[in-house]
Amino acid sequence: MISQHLIILVVVIPLLASTLVALVRRPLFAWYMTLAVSLTEFVMAALLLQKTLVEKVISYPIGSWAPPLGIEYRVDALNAFVVMLIATIGAAIAIYAKRSVEREIAEENRSSYYALYLLCYTGLVGMAVTGDAFNIFVFMEIASLSSYVLIALGRNRRALYAAYQYLIIGTVGATFFVIGIGFLYLMTGTLNLADLAQRLPAVAGKAPVYVGLAFITVGLCLKLALFPLHLWLPNAYAFAPSVTTIFLAATATKVAIYLLLRFTFVVFGPSMAFHDLAFPAIWIALSVAGIFYGSVAAIFQDNVKRALAYSSVAQIGYITLGIGIATKTGLTGAVVHLFNHGIMKAALFMLLGSIALRAGAVMMSELPGLARRMPLTAIGIVIAGLSMVGVPGTVGFVSKWYLILASLEHGWWWLAALIVASSILSLIYMWRIIEAIYAKPEQNQQDKNGEPPLSMLAPSLVMVAACVYFGIDTRLPVSVAAIAAEMLLGAGR
Amino acid sequence: MHTLAAQFSNWGTVVLMMIGLYVVVARGNLIKKLVGLSIFQTSVYLLYIGPGKVLGGTAAIISPNFTVYSNPLPHVLILTAIVVGVATLALGLALVIRINAAYGSIEEDEIIEQERDE
Repeated sequence: MISQHLIILVVVIPLLASTLVALVRRPLFAWYMTLAVSLTEFVMAALLLQKTLVEKVISYPIGSWAPPLGIEYRVDALNAFVVMLIATIGAAIAIYAKRSVEREIAEENRSSYYALYLLCYTGLVGMAVTGDAFNIFVFMEIASLSSYVLIALGRNRRALYAAYQYLIIGTVGATFFVIGIGFLYLMTGTLNLADLAQRLPAVAGKAPVYVGLAFITVGLCLKLALFPLHLWLPNAYAFAPSVTTIFLAATATKVAIYLLLRFTFVVFGPSMAFHDLAFPAIWIALSVAGIFYGSVAAIFQDNVKRALAYSSVAQIGYITLGIGIATKTGLTGAVVHLFNHGIMKAALFMLLGSIALRAGAVMMSELPGLARRMPLTAIGIVIAGLSMVGVPGTVGFVSKWYLILASLEHGWWWLAALIVASSILSLIYMWRIIEAIYAKPEQNQQDKNGEPPLSMLAPSLVMVAACVYFGIDTRLPVSVAAIAAEMLLGAGR
Repeated sequence: MHTLAAQFSNWGTVVLMMIGLYVVVARGNLIKKLVGLSIFQTSVYLLYIGPGKVLGGTAAIISPNFTVYSNPLPHVLILTAIVVGVATLALGLALVIRINAAYGSIEEDEIIEQERDE
């Protein structure tokens, strides 16, 4: 009975909880509410994913108005997987958040912080499950507007300016997206994604359709921070409160990537996006440029959070590279990396948040002696860091393996070589951090800080363990990703 | 001239869109940037609503006296978009107030200069 409403409940529950938290205004209540909602969401997302694997597509007409006139929520393996990622990260963050937020957010702002966090959660899940183009825009703005505030609440004043920059760029991105949707609506008279996919071939080749495609793609690329549209990302991640950084880094860009996949392959179809236009060449060129730019920039950062933010620009490059290759193996690699990068970055930013709990900002100079003061945190950073590099036995290796396989299938050995070369760059920036933790002499010997509290350490280490577990037992992410890739490629034919 | 007149709403859209985007990119004053952003968003309202009007059509309330109706859906969509626009502008201005309190300036170059010194 309730299982048929799962798809709407995953959106409605955090939305209502957010309102409740904003009205009650008690920090502790806010945290309990966030925890309860996040755990419920985790269970619901797992059920939803299981259900989509059996039923392939679940469609839910809002208010029982039949699509395409009514708004439809539509979930298949791909977006159920994205919801699962958000819910997994969300559950870990909810446990982690209590102490971190107590340390980083002023008491009078705490309940608003949780209310906005839940609102952002709602927006991201909403973007993932909805099957209506304009609905995506509304959820996108819900998620974005709340994330601007979540960033601005960082303690450094630079968080304010970072949030402002993100607001300008994010709004331009969302407006581009809605302009694109406008063109598609003018040409087809529908906003339902599945209906759009059916009606677009009839008007294919007309200029407004291509204009729409261009606006939607550029708008989404601003949101997902594809090089060179990534300028908002490093400062926003570096100066936001730890919990915001973990959540946004692990989920927000991933949802934008999901939308890109959905529009490129399902709505427009690979033939329009890839054969009529020079999409693959553009994607691959920008992705490779982003991978190298992000990795090199990460090497020269003193702020560890900022270094990992640049590494996000590079890692997003790997995902879009898989999209650009656009074969089944390539897309599997892209979708797997979407999940894997979410886990890895969540693990790393969680561990950095633990350091921030003691030290405030996480600068390179804070790291020496960490191995003695916080041995578990230090080990966690090493393992998640090696996963970022792509060492066998970790999730990072799995995604790179698929990307290299996909480039070799095309006979593009140069691309495979570039992927390997870029891994060396990521080894350099991760090695700088690991070296500072283990090899550099400690400057001040006062014993001021030990491991973070268990409520922060446990979820971080679970994420680290996931980096290893899914690196060895790859069945779950890879099989779902393969189904999603097949669905994406099959949709346009 | 004929096409210019027939397409006046589209021309309005394009002109507003370009003015808005230009102001966002070219102005260093944080409030002027927000004004530009607002103009840019406003152009989208026109993009949706203009083509929704059917010449000679009336409001979409079914009546035996009329046969031609305008499309009401864009109005509903844009009502939502307007709310989003207002929220964005309000949040942006609130951030500018906080930035002014923290940096003592709302000029982009002065803020960047202060950040470089840190």
